[in-house]
Parts: sequence; structure tokens; C-alpha cells
Amino acid sequence: MLVPKVLYFSICRKILRNFVLFWYIIEINKVRVIGKGAGKRMTYSMEKLSEEKVFKDPVHRYVHVQDRAIWDLVGTKEFQRLRRIKQLGTTFLTFHGAEHSRFNHSLGVYEIVRRMIDDVFDGREEWNAGDRLLTLCAALLHDLGHGPFSHAFEKVFDFDHEDFTRAIILGDTEVNKVLNHVGPGFPEKVAEVIAKTSEKKLVVSMISSQIDADRMDYLQRDAYFTGVSYGQFDMERILRVMRPREEQVVIKKSGMHAVEDYIMSRYQMYWQVYFHPVSRSAEVILTKILHRAKQLFKENYAFKHEPHHFVSFFCENVTLEDYLKLDEAVILYYFQIWQEEDDSILRDLCCRFVNRNLFKYAEFDPAKEYKKLAQLNTLFIKAGIDPDYYLVVDSSSDLPYDFYRPGEEEERLPIHLLMENGELRELSRESEIVDAISGKRRTDHKLYYPADLLADESTGADIKSQIRDLLE
Amino acid sequence: MTNVLKDHAKLMQAIMAAGEVVGRKKLQKMIYIAKKIHFPFNDRFQFHFYGPYSEELTTRVEELCNMGFLNEVKEKKGGYYQYRYTLTEPGKEFLTLNEVDMPFLENFFLDMNEQNARFLELVSTVLFFDELEKEEVMNKVFTLKKSQRYTEAEIDEAYQYIESLKTKIQ
Repeated sequence: MLVPKVLYFSICRKILRNFVLFWYIIEINKVRVIGKGAGKRMTYSMEKLSEEKVFKDPVHRYVHVQDRAIWDLVGTKEFQRLRRIKQLGTTFLTFHGAEHSRFNHSLGVYEIVRRMIDDVFDGREEWNAGDRLLTLCAALLHDLGHGPFSHAFEKVFDFDHEDFTRAIILGDTEVNKVLNHVGPGFPEKVAEVIAKTSEKKLVVSMISSQIDADRMDYLQRDAYFTGVSYGQFDMERILRVMRPREEQVVIKKSGMHAVEDYIMSRYQMYWQVYFHPVSRSAEVILTKILHRAKQLFKENYAFKHEPHHFVSFFCENVTLEDYLKLDEAVILYYFQIWQEEDDSILRDLCCRFVNRNLFKYAEFDPAKEYKKLAQLNTLFIKAGIDPDYYLVVDSSSDLPYDFYRPGEEEERLPIHLLMENGELRELSRESEIVDAISGKRRTDHKLYYPADLLADESTGADIKSQIRDLLE
Repeated sequence: MTNVLKDHAKLMQAIMAAGEVVGRKKLQKMIYIAKKIHFPFNDRFQFHFYGPYSEELTTRVEELCNMGFLNEVKEKKGGYYQYRYTLTEPGKEFLTLNEVDMPFLENFFLDMNEQNARFLELVSTVLFFDELEKEEVMNKVFTLKKSQRYTEAEIDEAYQYIESLKTKIQ
């Protein structure tokens, strides 16, 4: 049938109009028109919110968000999950204020990096303005893969949270959708910065180096929430004297004293807060609970309450979906109900954790006392106390600052000072304070045990007395 | 034996199997390769300047030196310093009481110890990116290890070496 010419053109116009409309609907998701009347168009990666959003923050006062992509990332369920994971794990059992989450810290790291870029680096020749969003996203998402009580969990189930960070960024997740929206290959670039395998070394150093946004946030935040006074240093000053260079961020010589303060604050925080023996005791018990539950599962023990959330961890075939379902509320629920289990070890360890009846500790020198440890092991068995769960050596070790100089085969990138003549000098060559603690590792070993069980002389009184003598 | 000391014992066994390990970087790469291919080392590795690197392993080596179980000799070689590691007599005595069963360890470490640190750095980097296609791994090596100037032939050799190591645990 022949179509009249006028009708033919009308149909064509309609098809064309529909096509344009269809194209517009697709593109509107990628491209938004901003700047009323100005006719400016911007891609999603450049898109700003119509009004800046702020989060009130006790450490940085305000966290400012102007970028649409950052706002969208914060709203994803994978990022919101970080609200349910404490930044300091078991430390709240020692410092009761330490209930802050990885969500707080991640926003803090993002804010520090944003200030570095917008207030200090912007407009400088060595800074590539095109890396701004990449750096902000990597800062915001750097801890995304942390699980509940991360360190204990990783030890028992033998995985690395960084693998999950990567899996969340690259997998079928809301975070991945937002990052993909920025551009093809963008999720991979963010993952590479976080994994330190990106060729953008300056960007990596802003988030991960001996003076980075991550440490600057956690030292101040952890000090604030634990209530200790050690974590103080002048971050504003450090940010003002940071300068971008091809390989890393460097510090103007005039800011050296602020950096000295930062390094000393780090040293104090490690020994006064992070390695506190009472928090370590709680972590030892938590680790042993997970070991026990796994062992029982492997022995086909009939749990009163089936540990559904743990099954894939026990079977070592954890999917991303399983992993994301697990948060601290879930873990603490199981610890609560396992207090009623028939297995005496699991029951006892859970009661200890939930009610803060922790193990006591003694100083331990592995080089001189490993034979004593073997002896204690035998005595524990004789006393009917399983040493695999009740006699634990735990070590803490920290290196406050390290350096390498050309010609030495070291792996840590040192802090460099930018001298007035433009030369770079490694920090410990200029600072006597830093030189005094450079490369000096401090290690501490402790032996944890249940003092209450050893004090109970209703059974094995003689053996327990021998054990107590050895431990004192 | 507690887990903490078990990890120390495993590292000491690896060094004893190799006889003497020259270079901190070499030791790091040997443990990473062994862990990645078969052996139960628990140290966690991240990517650093010379490829996979473990802060935990560095700590453990320092601890073993402080404990008197490992002997560390720092020597100047050309323009740089290098470190040699051997087991001390007290270290050997500790191992007699705390040995961990790790079959095939000796052959595996003897073979790696015959390779140079530069090559082991390449092998460990290839293993670090083992989820990527070979072509992508090559790109990674060429961009992240620009200063080492590895060639395609060397990367091929690294892949072959990984296969040959796998035969040593059968």
C-alpha cells in the first residue's frame, strides 16, 4: 500500500522525535543540565549537588559534599553497612567511648582528602585536576571491605578485607553501579588506588603512606572517642604545608614540627590505645570463640541455634553476598545465644566476651620462656583446661616511623621535606626527634589465661597451684 | 605450640631449608611465592615498590633476630646494603621442639634460593596479579615496574618458573 507523502513525513517526524526523546531519557541519567539558563552541560563525574550537603562531625566539625557521585556512594547499602562495624573492634571494652564506626572514619578520610585537594593542591602545576574524583572516591571507599571485628575474623577464616573491598567495588553492587556511572573502567581505577597497584603514585600516597589521610583521621578520631589526649596534632598546619609531587605528597620544611607531633601522637596511640592488653584480651577470646564454633561445626556438633550466617565461613566458600550480610550486630547476637550452648568451651568463652570477664595476662619472653610455655601446656591439659583455647600468646609490634635512603633495599616510602631551595630531604635527617625513634620497632608479648578457672581449687588443686606458680 | 610461635617456626624452617638467604627483598618474595603456591604461611601481603610485601613478615624477622634465633649480617655491597640471614644454634634447638610438618619445603626453597631477587620480584608480581589475563599482567609489569625494565621473555620465563615450582610439591 502506498503511503501518502504528507503522512510519510509525519511518521518519520514522529519516529525521529521518539528517537530523540528516547536518547534524551538515556542521556539524562548520564548528563544533567546545570547552571540555570547558562546552557552548561556536565557529565555525572563533574556534576555538583544543587546545594552543598554537610555531615556534622566531632573531629572535623563538618564533612562537606558537593559532588553528586560522592553523595550517591554514601547512600549505597554497602557504604551504609559500615555504620554497623566499629572502627576499633574490641577497644570499647577498655575505653567505653570507642563505639564509633568505620562509616565515621571513612567520611573523615574523605574530608581530609577533599581539603587537601580543594584547599591546597587545586591550581598547582604538579596536581592533575582530573584525578580529583578518583582520589575522593578511593578515600571514601578505602575501608569498604572491612568486616565485623575484622582482624580476628581475618585470622580465623584466613581472608583479607582488601580482597572484599575490591570485590564490592568491582562486583554486582550499588557502589559499582555508581562508579560505573562515572565512566567505564572507573571502578577498576578506584580499586587499583586502594590496592596500591595504581600507577598514580601521588594519589595512592594521599590515602596510604607514612603521612596520609587515613592515619590523620583515625589518630584524631580514635583519640576523641576513647577520650585520651595522645592523638592531638595540628592537622590544619600539616595540610597547609603539603605539596603534591609526582611520586608522593611532600611537606614544606616549615611544617616539620607539626609532623614531629603527628609521629609522636601515632607512637602514643599505638601503645596506649591500640595495643591495650585488656582490648587484646577481648580479641583473644573473640578469636577463640570463632575457632571453637568452626571446630564444632566441622565435628558435626548439633548447635541449639543453627549458625546460618557462619556456615559459608566455616566451609570456606564465602560469597560476597554472605560477607555483606555479616555485621557486628549479627555476631553479637550469636555470642549472646551461644551462652546457652551445651559445649562448655563455646558457652564459657561467649559468657566471658558478653559479660567482659576477660583473660588475665602475664609478660612473656618467647625466646627465654618457650620451654616454660610447653610445660604450661602440659599442666593445662592435666588440669582439664584446654590450652588451645585458654593459654594464648599474643604479640603487638609497631614501628613508629621508618625510612629508606637511596641504596638501601627498603619498602616503605619515607616522609620527604621540601627544602627552601627545592631539594627533598628525608624527615629523620632533619628532625632529631624523629631520628631518635626511626626504624626502632617495639614488640610486646603477653601470655593470656583464665585466672578464675585456675583459682578454682574444687578440682586439680595441686596442678593449678603449679600453674599459678609458673605464671607469677 | 601456640599459633604465634608456630608462625615463627615456619619462617625459621624456610630459612633453614634454604641454608642462607641473602637480601630482605629476596626473603619476602620467597615467602610470598611459597604461600601463594602451596605452603601455610599466614603473613599478609600488600603490593609495595618491589611487589608483594608483608609488614608482618618484616616484624617476624626482626623479632626472631631479637630473640637470638636468627642471625642477621648487614654488609655493604657496591652502593647499597644487604642483609644475610641464617639460623642460629638456639634457633635450631627451638625448631627441634617446635617443628611444623611442611613436606616438600626444602626442595622448594633451595630452588628459589638459586634465583636472584630481581627475578623473584617478577615471579611474585606475576603471582600477585594471577586473576588477570597474561596480557594484562604484562601491562601491569610494564607500568608498575617500569624501572626494572623487564622484558616479555623474562615474563614468559616467570610463568614457566611458576609451573616448575608447582611440580615440586607433587
